[in-house]
Amino acid sequence: MPQNEYMERWQKLHGKRLDFDERLRKRRAREGHKQSQDAQKLTGLRAKLFQEKRRKEKIQMKKAIRAHEERNVKSSGPTEPSSTPLPQYLLDRSDQNNAKALSSAIKNKRNEKAAKFSVPLPKVRGISEEEMFKVVKTGKKIQKKGWKRLITKPTFVGPDFTRRPVKYERFIRPMGLRYKKANITHKELGVTVQLPILSVKKNPQSPLSTQLGVLSKGAIIEVNVSELGLTTAGGKVVWGRWAQITNNPENDGCVNALLLV
Amino acid sequence: MATQYPPPSKRQKTAAAALASKQQEIDQIPTDLGNVRIQFIDRATNAPTGPPVSVPVAQSTVKNLELLLNSLQGHDEAHDRIPFRFFHERGEGDGDALADGTDVYHALLKEGKAGTEETITLHYAPQAVFRVKAVSRCSAAISGHGEPILCVQFSPTSSSRMASGSGDNTARIWDCDTGTPLQTLKGHTSWVLAVSWSPDASMIATGSMDNTVRLWDPVTGKALGSPLKGHSKWITSLSWEPYHIQEKGRPRVASSSKDATVRIWDAVNRRADISLSGHKGSVTCVKWGGVGFIYTASYDKTVKVWNASNGTLAHTLASHAHRVNHLALSTDFVLRTAYHDHTGMVPDTDEGKLSKAKERFRKTAMINKKVVERLVTASDDFTIYLWEPSNSTKPVARLIGHQKQVNHVTFSPDGLYIASTGFDNHVKLWNARDGNFIYTLRGHVGPVYQCCFSADSRLLVTASKDTTLKAWDVRTGKLSVDLPGHADEVYAVDWSPDGERVSSAGKDKQVRIWRY
Repeated sequence: MPQNEYMERWQKLHGKRLDFDERLRKRRAREGHKQSQDAQKLTGLRAKLFQEKRRKEKIQMKKAIRAHEERNVKSSGPTEPSSTPLPQYLLDRSDQNNAKALSSAIKNKRNEKAAKFSVPLPKVRGISEEEMFKVVKTGKKIQKKGWKRLITKPTFVGPDFTRRPVKYERFIRPMGLRYKKANITHKELGVTVQLPILSVKKNPQSPLSTQLGVLSKGAIIEVNVSELGLTTAGGKVVWGRWAQITNNPENDGCVNALLLV
Repeated sequence: MATQYPPPSKRQKTAAAALASKQQEIDQIPTDLGNVRIQFIDRATNAPTGPPVSVPVAQSTVKNLELLLNSLQGHDEAHDRIPFRFFHERGEGDGDALADGTDVYHALLKEGKAGTEETITLHYAPQAVFRVKAVSRCSAAISGHGEPILCVQFSPTSSSRMASGSGDNTARIWDCDTGTPLQTLKGHTSWVLAVSWSPDASMIATGSMDNTVRLWDPVTGKALGSPLKGHSKWITSLSWEPYHIQEKGRPRVASSSKDATVRIWDAVNRRADISLSGHKGSVTCVKWGGVGFIYTASYDKTVKVWNASNGTLAHTLASHAHRVNHLALSTDFVLRTAYHDHTGMVPDTDEGKLSKAKERFRKTAMINKKVVERLVTASDDFTIYLWEPSNSTKPVARLIGHQKQVNHVTFSPDGLYIASTGFDNHVKLWNARDGNFIYTLRGHVGPVYQCCFSADSRLLVTASKDTTLKAWDVRTGKLSVDLPGHADEVYAVDWSPDGERVSSAGKDKQVRIWRY
């Protein structure tokens, strides 16, 4: 790692080497060969780092190619700026956010009655009590009776929650595994926003885990959508809406959920 | 079975009896306060009317003050009298309006806002002699358009005809009495972005995404001639030549376009008349003023004023720091309605119509015995400017307060208020004389797209992205009626010139007619 811009300084003072451009050209020309050499020969941690770097480069490359392809498409005639008709005063505004589109899609979907009770994840893997709870064995009395449990899964606790006295606290919900926000996705529109969780409505594992607010895959949570500015047909602001958790929060460190319609 | 409540206890019973026996105090004006001196000042000109008048406090109701002021101005006959609204202003800023049923004692003296020792200064503004009731119910929700509706406008003659333009490439004329479609105006090949009735209601002009303007007969629904071609981008707004300055039998219409030009068309010969080019960005709004100017607002941050007779540039008003979205004239309402007034009486002859239109325009635009047309412009730089182009190219006032882009501005028909709506979910009311801030109308939870005053300037209706319409009381700045019903964003709203109906339309493809 250079600690200073000494190369630039040297160049400023003395000028470039006479064969600078030639060397640069040659290095560029060798680059592909060097790349393939590395891919084949490197082993161990270096190989891992190299592959990771290469993967990221390839993603960028593909993106650039796609952008070029889109630019090359010739359109016939003057096209409308958007697919849905817009009034004159909204035509040249790019800051149209998708929250509104989201709400209208929800409305359209709700008209199809059959979709009302279906959820994206109908079945989930059962989690045994042994996996969910760890028996706490500290202290003499607790050790003897073994009645205290530590919840090993992420949980949601309300904002005004305070822990009970040690003597009465049967279930411990660790601070590090608590979540306040979830990444809520609308599948059809591909819109994802981070919203505060209001409550856990239903956890399919057991009524107890619903009560404890366990955030596991398949749990139905209520999220605060007020900042999206959705309104009902009656003109009221929509506050809470339900979503189903689609990932394993204990593995990923975040809660991803799908908005229910 | 319902739960039985226990009988009231003795203490409750005695309390109720005591309350019932106590006589309610009647709000009377004390008779021993003597007189108070009142100075009337015209709100439009800021000039005093007559000397300070001594009025007995006991008789100082708003009704009596109105009578007094009418007699000061020489309106002695009962049919000449005009209702007034009084404002008590102290120093800078805008005063509070006195409600209709109140009096000087309760509104000012009792509140401690003024004393009997000093001269009370009351600013007055004439009000419309008729009254529009706030719309409160949806009388019809008419489907017909196949795509979102982008613009609506009522006919200037009556509230029974209304035209709407939609994304399904058609415009439609509706019969609002029965809530049925009358005509479908087919011909455009893309969205209809603007629709405008001529002031005498003999023609409708529509501007479209397909770069053309078309003219239609509102009775038969037939196209008048072929499309008017010339623009190279879509049409953003349309404005008819005011009735009283039209060359006889040769009405003209101006269209502004995204291609940075404004074109003026001869509506009878269907030919291009003049092309106004000079803007460097999309022209968002065009308004044809009543004193022979055409005003245009553009994305190039300027507002330009053109001579309508020969198409030369008269002034460039440059103060905005961002796109200018919309502009409004203090005479918009009277230019739109020409010789149609609230009585519904239309002169028989052309001369009669012309003189009535002229008279109405003169009456509205007259400030300090001069015909003055004022202009207000809304911009993306979150500000609004008030201009008087006939006087100077510097703005009269800069109206700040919006926290996001301002989308729409409008003058009240009597020219006393300005309402502005923006993407910050608020509607703001301003004094049109000096641009002072009056009220913020809070209530919408989404961007407010458009607003429209009632013909008597006492009410304001706003349309928003949050799917509702709201009607506001201009005097108090409070919500008058909330009008939910649309299933999606409301793009356009219009209050009929006779005040009977409000029509609104938007993304849910339905036209809704609201009545009281």
